[in-house]
Amino acid sequence: MLNNIFRFYYEGFRKMTWGRRLWGIILLKLFIMFAILRLFFFPDLLKRDFDSDEERASHVLEQITNP
Amino acid sequence: MFDSIDMSLVDWSRGQFALTAMFHWIFVPLTLGLSFIVAFMHTIYVRTGDEEWKRITKFWMKLFGINFAIGVATGIILEFEFGTNWSNYSWFVGDIFGAPLAIEGILAFFLESTFIAVMFFGWNKVSKRFHLTASWLTAFGASLSAVWILVANAWMQHPVGTVFNPDTARNEMINFWDVIFSEVAVNKFLHTISSSFLLASIFVIGISAWFLLRKKEVLFAKRSTVIASVFGFITAIATIATGDTSARIVAREQPMKFAAMEALYEGQTHAPLVAIGAMRTDTTNYPNPREEFIFKIEIPNALSYMVFLTPSGFIPGISDLVYGNEEQNFMSYEERIERGAVAIQTLKELKKAKERGDQVSYDALREKFSDPIWIDQYYQHFGFGYYKGRELMELIPNVKLNFYSFHVMVILGGHFLIFTLLVLWLSLKNRWGNHKWLLWVALITMPMPWIASQAGWVLAELGRQPWVVYELMPVITAVTRLKPVAVQLTFWIFLVTFTLLFIAEIRIMLAQIKKGPGGE
Repeated sequence: MLNNIFRFYYEGFRKMTWGRRLWGIILLKLFIMFAILRLFFFPDLLKRDFDSDEERASHVLEQITNP
Repeated sequence: MFDSIDMSLVDWSRGQFALTAMFHWIFVPLTLGLSFIVAFMHTIYVRTGDEEWKRITKFWMKLFGINFAIGVATGIILEFEFGTNWSNYSWFVGDIFGAPLAIEGILAFFLESTFIAVMFFGWNKVSKRFHLTASWLTAFGASLSAVWILVANAWMQHPVGTVFNPDTARNEMINFWDVIFSEVAVNKFLHTISSSFLLASIFVIGISAWFLLRKKEVLFAKRSTVIASVFGFITAIATIATGDTSARIVAREQPMKFAAMEALYEGQTHAPLVAIGAMRTDTTNYPNPREEFIFKIEIPNALSYMVFLTPSGFIPGISDLVYGNEEQNFMSYEERIERGAVAIQTLKELKKAKERGDQVSYDALREKFSDPIWIDQYYQHFGFGYYKGRELMELIPNVKLNFYSFHVMVILGGHFLIFTLLVLWLSLKNRWGNHKWLLWVALITMPMPWIASQAGWVLAELGRQPWVVYELMPVITAVTRLKPVAVQLTFWIFLVTFTLLFIAEIRIMLAQIKKGPGGE
């Protein structure tokens, strides 16, 4: 069963013609998104800067109660 | 603190989010609609065994695949932006967004991506029935993906089923069903999905028209057009019906957006609907400039009738909402700002009481956030409190942009209804393709659903400004204090990346269209 599923996907990808370029685009896009943008430009600031949910809550409360 | 906020930071952050969302929305509606059209075609092939239907199915499946591949995961960037550019907002709504988006990720995405593989690789490998099932599950999976993000958006437009926890500064879900089955969420889903189906139908009609103009693949083009025009006409009716319901909901839940989209400054009964018009900004009324009509064509009583099903219904104008209208029971923004400021101050005092260990004060203040009367009198206006000492004008959305977005969407919606009906009628009489000019109309119409769809989102999102979470959190509070230059940098990176992806999509798609259903 597992072998059949593996063969199904393997054959599918192997016999791809026009789809290969699309896979190239998908992989390049995912690389740019996760390895460059996420890593260097879009950190989750609250996760990065605070250790606990309590600290995060305190920080946000500070931000939203000081108009 | 917000007095000194750099508005260019807010504007760039909003611009970046808008760019990402609008780019994402180029692909999504086509994926949603085309998946169902392919499933219908695939069904006909399985039922009839006609090889021409197989060619037809494979061709449109290929275009679906290209669009899916280029567009997939572009929405994830929005989630990156939540965490970086909108961290206060992200925390404030975390529990509400968390559950729907987790369901989207686990259920819909895996359903969709698993069956897409079977759909593409399954020809002659799996049974016809299983293959067809995969096509349908891909289509339903795609729509299911859309459900959850639209539910989250609907909650931002109309927060229900939740309670604010002042200890954690988060909104917590108390009734899942209220969140997913709120009137706003249900209508938003139906309107978005039906308009996406319509968009894909017009796409199929347009591409088929191109083949007919070149007198190539005539049978393929005519059969594709029949399916698309049936689907398109039904979904055009559904789009208009759900749009009408949506307008009624907006009039009730977001009266400022409703007033802005009709540029109605003074409320009235027997309010007319502006069918078409052009505006200019009257700056003589500084600091409160108004948009004035250079010309307009109105339908008498239609706006009141549209909302209340009677011409005597009162439609509040922008002035009624900003300055209040006692007779019609609209509280002024000044009053709402005062009440919101009390709610913010209460939250601040609660935080301080907790920090200094003053349990008595803490308990008394905490009690208020559970008291329905206090919530109704003060917390309901929480977001307004941030505008104490600021210009009232900041609480009014961009009237001109809302008016044009709404009217472009409605006018194009009318065009799509007439167009799909005409194509359907001519197709059923086997006369579609006889008139060259009509084929050109089909080609010219092809990009219009994207314009209408984007205009709809512009209205939905700009019309509710300045709110990120309606009347609870404005953009100036939601934004993270970053350096504007950092946001500008990523804005330009996105613009370049998205433009390249878009060019890739167009080029690959055009190449496959030129090859036609026979090409590999």
